Amino acid sequence: MALSGIQIYKLLPQTNCKECGFPTCLAFAMKLAAKQVELSSCPYVSEDSQQQLAESAAPPIRLVALKAGGYEVKAGNETVLFRHDKTFYNKPGLFIQVNAADGDIAKKVAAADAYSVTYVGLEFTVDGFAILADGDLGAAVKAVRSASKRPLILIGDPAALEPGLQACQGETPLLHAADPSNWETMADLAKKYQAALVVKADTLDELADLTQKIQARGVEDMVLDPVPAASPLSQSLAAYVQLRRMALKANFRPLGYPIISFPAATGDPVRESLFAAQAIAKYGGFVVLSEFKPELLYALLVLRENIYTDPQKPIQVQPGVYEINNPTPESPVLVTTNFSITYFAVANEIEGSGLPAWLVVADAEGMSVLTAWAAGKFDAERIAKSIKEFDVASKVSRKRVVLPGHVAVLSGELEEELPDWEIKVGPREAVDIPAFYKQVLT
Amino acid sequence: MPVEIPKDKWPGSIRTVTLGATAADGGTRGLTVTVGGQTALPYMHFEAQSPNPPVVAIEIKSERPEDWSSILTEAWGEALDDPARWAARAQDAGAQVLVLALSANDTPESAVKAVKAVLGASGLPLIVLGPGQPEKDNDLLVPVAEATKGERLALGLCEDKNYRTLVAAAMANGHLVIARAPMDVNLSKQLNILITDMGLPADRILMDPTTGALGYGIEYGYSVMERLRLAALQGDSMTQLPMIVTVGFETWKAKEAKVGEGVPEAWGDWRERGLHWESLTAAALLEAGADIIVLRHPESVRRIKIAIDELMVTA
Ligand code: B12
Ligand code: SF4
Repeated sequence: MALSGIQIYKLLPQTNCKECGFPTCLAFAMKLAAKQVELSSCPYVSEDSQQQLAESAAPPIRLVALKAGGYEVKAGNETVLFRHDKTFYNKPGLFIQVNAADGDIAKKVAAADAYSVTYVGLEFTVDGFAILADGDLGAAVKAVRSASKRPLILIGDPAALEPGLQACQGETPLLHAADPSNWETMADLAKKYQAALVVKADTLDELADLTQKIQARGVEDMVLDPVPAASPLSQSLAAYVQLRRMALKANFRPLGYPIISFPAATGDPVRESLFAAQAIAKYGGFVVLSEFKPELLYALLVLRENIYTDPQKPIQVQPGVYEINNPTPESPVLVTTNFSITYFAVANEIEGSGLPAWLVVADAEGMSVLTAWAAGKFDAERIAKSIKEFDVASKVSRKRVVLPGHVAVLSGELEEELPDWEIKVGPREAVDIPAFYKQVLT
Repeated sequence: MPVEIPKDKWPGSIRTVTLGATAADGGTRGLTVTVGGQTALPYMHFEAQSPNPPVVAIEIKSERPEDWSSILTEAWGEALDDPARWAARAQDAGAQVLVLALSANDTPESAVKAVKAVLGASGLPLIVLGPGQPEKDNDLLVPVAEATKGERLALGLCEDKNYRTLVAAAMANGHLVIARAPMDVNLSKQLNILITDMGLPADRILMDPTTGALGYGIEYGYSVMERLRLAALQGDSMTQLPMIVTVGFETWKAKEAKVGEGVPEAWGDWRERGLHWESLTAAALLEAGADIIVLRHPESVRRIKIAIDELMVTA
């Protein structure tokens, strides 16, 4: 955790020589704490202090990046316990597990690799694959690589893992797992192949022991598997919370690593979905799913996006006029707000219906229709302003504009603001737009 | 190496609220349900005991819902036409509390009749919600409150512009109220203050922080719940109330749960997707501190009860 100005001051020479450009060492320390100056401006910091200051600047949870084929999946580097305190940064990677002994491995990977789904205009895919070394891992890695370039997690004992590592040299895979019995060989393997390493133990005490030993042996990129397989949800929650707290509140380095979860450990698909949701909400870094199931994947990808959205900044689209289904001057004008969820709810319905329209997206500071209305960011004046600013009149021959049904109350005022326009009130929900369009607008 | 786990110690705690009254207490319920009482963040058993597990409620309606997804109507079948049968089925499906949502078509007489039928068909504690139009809510809920005096129902929803009549009816007839504010810590607090100022004791209020479904604003609800719970534990007494979330209502509005046709193939199997939508929304909100989760599909109820059972396992 970052040091305070006073803590930094104690590490400075305290001679107030002013060479850094500040009147006192304390003034300089305060600026350092605020990250407004570089430590190198003081020529007299001892080596020991330099090291302590560098350590304090390191993130409390190490950033671990798995890489392959131009893809990168990052976990760690988080700074808060609650998303409302700032935001969560690195979305947990969702990996699909396949088995080396499975003859259909390439086919299964190809299907999952091709998966792509959009949510509010964002495109989501799976992040990578975990391969269980229950057969020839070298051959399995090659088979997977024939179907996907995404990063890998390799699961097995050291002897089984090495052929797999040879087959993906130049990548940064994640190895699972070093435990109290095999950590030396595993660490050597990770070091030799530049892989990241999962460290697994049943208690946090053992885990902290192991990470320190493994670090001393030269491996820096570690990931924690902190609970026994099939632990109840209370135990995984407690362990994950404790790890996050140890890292952020106590700056406890031995446990400052991202977490990996295997929600399918009991083989029950219901539990898998619940545990995966927990891992996404509460501090998971890599989540390994047992199977490629689009309906679960989509739900988890959306949950992940929601939890990792910056709470200070709702997801927004650019205000402007959007052309849907090649509108002509005869096509109607519909207005909505620039909150992504709102925009896409409306745009998708119109698009799916095949009916042409001009969709005016007013700048409502990223708020939904009713929220923006209640906050005074989506009123007749603002709507009229958007229509004028985007010069909508020049695009249509028939000036009619459709309001969202939820803000029907605005129609009178809007008539005053836009006297030469025909103001219509649309349905309340976007799903009803196509029917309304066919009845009222054609 | 022994790791010293940082433990939070909080000055505040959540009030306990009991729904339903048995014959001994002037009601007719077979059992009562008590929620709240926490002295730490959800499920942090290493810091404090969690006295009362969260409970699952099932939402039923006084008349057959016209716009429900077929995934839901298939699950309930003919029970949809009869609130009493529906209540009994919901109890069999594992509900610990029932939520009866009245319709805009109800009259005071039909509303009272439906409530009585549900009370007769099941011994579970009951929550009764109006159709969500201020005047209509009052027209229906006041006679319901009077006709069920002493049952310790929870009546809702009290919102900032419409709480007085409902609170007065709850006070006069031994019921509780649900106070809903739009995802805002201060608004929740303010509403709870207004309600307690009228004289209703705080242990007869449940707080509904407003919920968005997965993909439709869950993050706002989730964070407001975490913030409300933190404020409560820090000692802010007007946030120290158990929280109720209407997950079923929100999720089955979402296109992902509601419809099976004309949606992207990447959304996968419809039924399973709908169940994930409901149960994962609920699972996330459980961890944000929900005490009563209101669901619609019986299979989601089964799933969330698994989650609650596991979350309540102490080491
Ligand atoms: C999430 C939320 C928030 C979030 C903001 C999210 C955001 N970025 O907008 C937060 C927590 C920040 C918030 C804040 C507030 N909120 Co708010 N919020 C909600 C909530 C729960 C969901 C809104 C939402 O996202 N809906 C989903 C989107 C997609 O819906 P939508 O934009 O309306 O779009 C739909 C339709 O309108 C239609 N549609 C859209 N465009 C068009 C266009 C045409 C032509 C047509 C035909 C249809 C159409 O299609 C969409 C899908 O059907 C609602 C309650 C609820 N459950 O609805 C309250 C709600 C909107 N909020 C409300 C209020 C009062 C507020 C606050 C003013 C509270 C306060 N005093 O602090 C603040 C204002 C914000 C501010 N800065 O001051 C009230 C509004 C009351 C009213 N009737 O006026 C609501 C209704 C809650 C309530 N019952 O009291 N809120
Ligand atoms: S240069 Fe270093 S020693 Fe001199 S005042 Fe600045 S901080 Fe202090």
